[in-house]
Amino acid sequence: MSAKRKAVAEFLGFTLLRIALVLVLAAIVILLWDIVRKGGGTLTWAFVSQLPRRGMTEGGILPAILGTVLVTAVTAFLAIPMGMFTAIYLNEYARPSRLTRIIRLAIRNLSGVPSIVYGLFGVILFVNLMKFGTSILSAGLTLGLMTLPWTITASEEALKTIPNSYREGSLALGATKWQAIRTNVLPYALPGMLTGTVLGLARAAGETAPIMFTGAAFSLPFLPHSIKDPFMALPYHLYIMATQHHDLAKARPLAYGTALVLLLLVLGMNTVVAVVRARLRRKRRS
Amino acid sequence: MTVSQAKMETRGLSFFYGRKRALKSLDIACAANRVTAIIGPSGCGKSTFIRTLNRMNDVVPGTRVEGTILLDGEDIRAPKVDVVDLRRRIGMVFQKPNPFPKSIFDNVAYGLRINGRPSKARLEEVVERTLREAALWDEVKDRLDENAFTLSGGQQQRLCIARALAVEPEVILFDEPCSAIDPIATAKIEDLIHKIKEKYTVVIVTHNMQQAARVSDFTAFLMLGELVEFGTTETIFTTPSNKMTEDYITGRFG
Repeated sequence: MSAKRKAVAEFLGFTLLRIALVLVLAAIVILLWDIVRKGGGTLTWAFVSQLPRRGMTEGGILPAILGTVLVTAVTAFLAIPMGMFTAIYLNEYARPSRLTRIIRLAIRNLSGVPSIVYGLFGVILFVNLMKFGTSILSAGLTLGLMTLPWTITASEEALKTIPNSYREGSLALGATKWQAIRTNVLPYALPGMLTGTVLGLARAAGETAPIMFTGAAFSLPFLPHSIKDPFMALPYHLYIMATQHHDLAKARPLAYGTALVLLLLVLGMNTVVAVVRARLRRKRRS
Repeated sequence: MTVSQAKMETRGLSFFYGRKRALKSLDIACAANRVTAIIGPSGCGKSTFIRTLNRMNDVVPGTRVEGTILLDGEDIRAPKVDVVDLRRRIGMVFQKPNPFPKSIFDNVAYGLRINGRPSKARLEEVVERTLREAALWDEVKDRLDENAFTLSGGQQQRLCIARALAVEPEVILFDEPCSAIDPIATAKIEDLIHKIKEKYTVVIVTHNMQQAARVSDFTAFLMLGELVEFGTTETIFTTPSNKMTEDYITGRFG
């Protein structure tokens, strides 16, 4: 190829990449702009601190915010430790065999199961069989199961980035396998594990289908008293306000406000993780 | 050399990666307070051999060992032997310097900390002593809190040697310790291997014949997993009895 043709090919290639980048950015910017424009006016202190009034056409969405926070906490309680422990077992202890291959395949496949199927599974297992009822607990555990494949895979990827020489170097000094993992692998894998895990949690916080049958309520004029109570959740509330409400015109601004709060919540989670990760990295370097 | 002087000894040692036999019935004795060099062309099994001595190959799936490995006359593969304790008694320095992403001080202190709860005074004493033994103290004494990654490659390798010395092993295995560092740093490490043999038994794998000639008392020449010749370094390098040894050390192949 001549020098000129090479230059043209390179120009075309870079242009394609730039177009792709602009398209992705544009989608995010338009989405954010639209929601902020239409929901920004609704977002007041009263909106996030009051109960809904007059058939959810007035007042705030405090129960939905609290419900989503509590459900996500239950989800984290199940998905973070179980995801990390499973990843540690798979990456550090399990020898390559047919069984571990099947386990990995099952985990990958679970991440492809539609969320509504998790919802139905949650009804059977947690609501009915384990008699947790439609509650924060049932919904959180259902979301936790749904998040597990993500947290396992992300944690395992983080563990894979730790060079083997850290493990061998530690073993060669008379460390037990667990000592080597605890002191010379986990501290360095933790930032990566955290990132993947919280991305999974943020996704779970925005899910509607798995909580619809397992605990989320259409409307509750009070706050939950325990994790065995049903609850309102931001994504489900948004779904109702956007499509199921008897007075859609009146509910519309409130729906956008709800969407904005949900977005801020998820962005907030991601920001916290980014800060924690940066701090852990800095500690490791200095 | 009689058997009674051997600190470590292998008898009929064979090693298998799956079906492939990488070591073929090796009898090698490593004398106490001496340096034994293992030389041979790439893929001859040098590294495999040295990694069986502290059972580092245990962690590689699909491998198998046959024969006997003795430390002070006792089989290190006997069921009652605790592999963790064994690895503390037999230290290892790897081919590529592998400092941990911790401070210089914490790197050297690592082995002591995982083996107990040493006092601060004891840690400081051991860190200084081993860094001196590894000829690194003067270069790092004012920056012990800095991350070990800030050191040069040669300094990192000497740090790894200090780290290995800190747990007071009886034997130290060097797996091509100079293959990733420059000649000046190499000279420093050879110098220090020479010194530490007063206290430790040293086994060194090297693809550099001059290095073997410079640092070792005994040399074993391996080819394709077989022991071709084993004797004092002087004999191997001046009057080898085997034609292949002679061809290799005079640079005709390898």
